[in-house]
Amino acid sequence: MIYLDSAATSWPKPPEVLKAMVDVLERAGGNPGRSGHRLSIEAARVVYDTREDIARFFNISDPTRVIFTSGATHSMNVVLKGLIKPGDRVVVSSMEHNAVMRPLRSLEEQGLVLDIVPCAPDGSLDVNDIAKALKSDTRLVVTVHASNVAGTILPVAEAASLARRAGALLLVDAAQTAGVLPIDMQAFGIDFLAFTGHKGLQGPPGIGGLIIGDRVDTSQVEPLIRGGTGSQSELEEQPEYLPDKFESGTPNIVGIAGLHAGINWIMDRGIETIREQEKELAGALIDGLSNISGIKIYGTHDPEKTVAIVSFTATGRRVSEIGLILDEDYGILTRVGLHCAPAAHKTIGSFPEGTVRLAPGVFTTPDEIKEAVRALEKVVGS
Amino acid sequence: MTEHGVILLYTTSSAMRAEKLLTKENYTVKLVPVPRQLSSDCGIALRFDWHQHEQVRSELDKAKVEIDAIHRL
Repeated sequence: MIYLDSAATSWPKPPEVLKAMVDVLERAGGNPGRSGHRLSIEAARVVYDTREDIARFFNISDPTRVIFTSGATHSMNVVLKGLIKPGDRVVVSSMEHNAVMRPLRSLEEQGLVLDIVPCAPDGSLDVNDIAKALKSDTRLVVTVHASNVAGTILPVAEAASLARRAGALLLVDAAQTAGVLPIDMQAFGIDFLAFTGHKGLQGPPGIGGLIIGDRVDTSQVEPLIRGGTGSQSELEEQPEYLPDKFESGTPNIVGIAGLHAGINWIMDRGIETIREQEKELAGALIDGLSNISGIKIYGTHDPEKTVAIVSFTATGRRVSEIGLILDEDYGILTRVGLHCAPAAHKTIGSFPEGTVRLAPGVFTTPDEIKEAVRALEKVVGS
Repeated sequence: MTEHGVILLYTTSSAMRAEKLLTKENYTVKLVPVPRQLSSDCGIALRFDWHQHEQVRSELDKAKVEIDAIHRL
């Protein structure tokens, strides 16, 4: 079997991740910080140590500004629903996932004004177009760091400085880049970073985070949910302190332990090494597919400007049919269709049919890429 | 017998942070349930040797860990 669906979720996971998840239940099975006995304190330690390592990994000085969530979708909902007031303007790229577009479209009905910045057909974003879209009442700029459809990397640091100059905040959707591209919150000037644990960070599904930059006044952000935090229990009002304000209910310590092991695994291997490996794999895929007649590759075709995601269509063939043959006859697992991102497919010109998406990961070998290309020669050529 | 003090912090994260920081500086500290006579909070507090209370407070101030209260037990 050849797994080329790492953009949906990475697989397999490093063995350390599985071990950490079992271990935490055996060794630290209490409710973190709630009860004060040794198992509770051990669990709180796992949560806090993970928070510190995440802060270090994305370069932010205060670990309490790392908020655990169920994933990037949850994180973006916290920011969009918690920050935006009726009448606020939000600037957004035309390459966004529905994790951003659906909350925004819902807020639009309540009076949010949406300014969508069109990207080029290769998925790239011209920052001058962001500059043009920014207005005095723009509250937030939202951009995906790399497209889940075309892989194209968007210029988030440039977007951050433009947003800052215009008095707006920047939310970055790092679902496809956390653990794959180096992300420095402070150097890039990112105000909100939404990430998931189960893709590039090698953790399990059900855990992710929102990192809130130093510049954000968190009293301006309403929590999505309210409830028990193990702190200030005498009050029936939600505490303002971080991370508790945004973390009600028992945290997912099994997910957090797995995510922690995943991040440590990446730090051991080195994110630059991972990036180089993914560039090679993406380059080999693009080269291989370019030689197959009838295949149209979307995106930039330049491994320097993309993460390891390659989308294509084939003349006269349904993407669903290609996906099914690849799975059944060749054991090659891909994802076909619209990838929950109709806006991105409209931008690159593949709406409504969608594409076949090939997304290698850290465990994919160059031989597997060759085998996939050979399979596609047969499938599309036949 | 050691005379203990206890530091109340606003969040579990601050308590974890304070514990880590003070342990690193070789203070003898232990996370304990918040004593009921001090607060109705259900969380955890940090116990320490009372004779070091001035140094402990200054360590935490230096690291900008917000303290709710310090009590002698």
